[in-house]
Amino acid sequence: MNLLFTGVGGQGTILTTKILSEALVHMGYDVKMSEIHGMSQRGGTVNTQLKYGTKIYAPNIGEAEADIIVAFEKAEALRALPFLKKGGSIVMDEREIYSMPVLIGQAEYPHDADEILSKCVEHVSVVPASRIAEELGNIKVQNICLLGALVKLLELQDINWDALIAQSVPPRMAEINQIAFKKGYDLISAKKELT
Amino acid sequence: MQKAILSGDEAVARAAWEAGVSVAAAYPGTPSTEILENITTYKDDIYCTWANNEKIATEIAIGASIGGMRALAAMKHVGMNVASDPIFSAAYTGVNGGLVIVSADDPGCHSSQNEQDNRLYAPHAKIGMLEPSDSQECKDFTKAAFELSERFDLIMMIRMTTRVCHSKSIVQLDQRENIQAKTYVSDPQKYAMLPVNARKRHIAVEANLEALKAYSYSSDINKTEINDTSIGIITSGISYMHAKEAFGDSASYLKLGITYPLSDRLIIEFAQKMKKIYVIEEGEGYLEEAVKALGIDCVGKQLLGSQGELNAQKVRIAFGLQAAGEGYATDKTAPPRPPVLCAGCPHRGFYHAMGKRKDKILAVGDIGCYSLGVNAPYNGFDIAICMGSGFSIPIGLSKALEMQNDTRKVFGILGDSTFFHSGFNSMVDAIHLGANVCLCVLDNSITAMTGHQENAGTQKNLMGYEVPAIDILQMIYSTGIDQTCVKIVDPIDQKAMGEAIDQALETDGPFVIVTKRPCALLKEVIKANKGAHCTVDPDKCVGCKACMKIACPAMAFEGKKANITDEASCTACGLCMQMCKFDAISKAGI
Repeated sequence: MNLLFTGVGGQGTILTTKILSEALVHMGYDVKMSEIHGMSQRGGTVNTQLKYGTKIYAPNIGEAEADIIVAFEKAEALRALPFLKKGGSIVMDEREIYSMPVLIGQAEYPHDADEILSKCVEHVSVVPASRIAEELGNIKVQNICLLGALVKLLELQDINWDALIAQSVPPRMAEINQIAFKKGYDLISAKKELT
Repeated sequence: MQKAILSGDEAVARAAWEAGVSVAAAYPGTPSTEILENITTYKDDIYCTWANNEKIATEIAIGASIGGMRALAAMKHVGMNVASDPIFSAAYTGVNGGLVIVSADDPGCHSSQNEQDNRLYAPHAKIGMLEPSDSQECKDFTKAAFELSERFDLIMMIRMTTRVCHSKSIVQLDQRENIQAKTYVSDPQKYAMLPVNARKRHIAVEANLEALKAYSYSSDINKTEINDTSIGIITSGISYMHAKEAFGDSASYLKLGITYPLSDRLIIEFAQKMKKIYVIEEGEGYLEEAVKALGIDCVGKQLLGSQGELNAQKVRIAFGLQAAGEGYATDKTAPPRPPVLCAGCPHRGFYHAMGKRKDKILAVGDIGCYSLGVNAPYNGFDIAICMGSGFSIPIGLSKALEMQNDTRKVFGILGDSTFFHSGFNSMVDAIHLGANVCLCVLDNSITAMTGHQENAGTQKNLMGYEVPAIDILQMIYSTGIDQTCVKIVDPIDQKAMGEAIDQALETDGPFVIVTKRPCALLKEVIKANKGAHCTVDPDKCVGCKACMKIACPAMAFEGKKANITDEASCTACGLCMQMCKFDAISKAGI
């Protein structure tokens, strides 16, 4: 299974990928995680890639190789599209973060990215993770909310996620992250019943 | 046995500890930085330090090795250019304690100024080379490199790439070996590289490389995997992973772990069993040329090219296993998202003030956070080559302009860490030569771009101990420059910043500007700014967009008004307030 996480520096894509890697190793999978950081910390696009299965070789994902794209930001979902395998899924937040060329009027933000993607990709789940996170009182738990949705989609229930989340975040942040996880998780199940 | 998910960098750090390394040094550089950062975990056993540059880091390691301890120096690929001087000559001396140089290359230029393939250094410098392909091998090969270094009296290089450094996979952990220190015995014929000794040591190093080459044939660091023999793939490092994923068990593999010296015998024997040979490697055709030199027909670079980073899909397409363009596409593209100067970044004030005088200035940048000033709207400089060059290219450039009666003043821009790296050497020349340049040290009190590493100007070292901070100003004054030609300013203060630049423009000859304000992301700065942010009074804002010219990521123009859209990252630096003629912006939360 090839997963591509994409977002903007500071959104917690790397932590999300780390927590998921940890869980997959517990479940006995061979796991490789690849991240590109450095200049990307400073407001640029951040991509992390996670591959798991019985035996994994290459750590990075090429174009048309991702089974699932998890986008923490709307425009980044659009940017990552070439990496999606035919028949693959997109889990995306509707959050919009304007890049500098948009802020200074040199480029236009694709507000309809979710609609465009839904038209050309069969499996797109738009998860309002950042809205949920804000309602919970901390935008930072957006990433764990998305993780919850992803875990549901991947059917990775056989792990004590609450415990794993608790050991991956500062103690005072454990509960809010666990709630965010559950909300993301439940959102996908509700959607599935609808369709 | 204990297991952990480690990045390649973390695995090298772990290997250094397990292999009984006593001294480690580096200059930070993506993707190698985390090696030394993680070695600090073992600071009770390993003396570890940042050096001012890669040459110094290497020389610290050489000194420890000659002194009888196992030592490691780590650097990014371009850092090895800086370190090449000691490496080429220490290669002749060989080692006492094992000596390993880690080179972290960056195919794809994720965070570098070029894509150089440092495998080519190994034959040139006459050092052994191992290429790990995942984190377990990073650990195993680094440990093996120390043994081989001592056994064959050679410097060994671990050659990594971004995907090896920054990918995480499962690693078996072991305990630290009890390595006995080797007593230093005076031996100038081995360690003092004057011509009379160097000529003899050249013979010795060639013999040692031959011995390693013979060992390489039977070493389990190289792996032969015989499957179907219609295609035989010769590969190394991360490229093995891409090849294996693309071809699976439908091909046979010669996965070379020791990539210098290459075992001719191993390659010939493998090739003899195969109908066809593919060489799959990222970067230059290093293995391919060696295979062809043995008279073996093979295919590689003509299909793969030498630019960019490989992945399995590129291999599949290049070798005809898959057609291109099988995924999704839309007409609409995402807007570019280049990295930007952070909210509250001191460099923003410098670039904005300089930008207002752009027609009188031709600027040269360097390597660091301030490199981001090249982007719009600052368009802060035209040229950036390598560390330290920001202060030396201006010397020649200013001459060239002068010869063509171009009256623009050349500005050089670099940061505090780059100043210590090599910028000061360039400054000495510029002042000594009386060059008509303005040299700007953008001092933000930390090596910021690579994620806040200490440098000679900080009061703490890598291990967290108090150390004397070296005063950049004293260094500048030590050149004897007229002190009226040195201006120290807070770059956010646009009046002072502008006046300093104007004074530099009025001065014929060398001028120095030091901007002093710490990086906005430093813990103590964040703590001091906690809760503080700017706020726009929508009634006073006329929507003139003057504040948008500073391109602060905490601000946006919404509904015809400027707004602080990201109060959490706003530091209340107040630069936007200085742009506003209508007094619409004020500080809050202080």
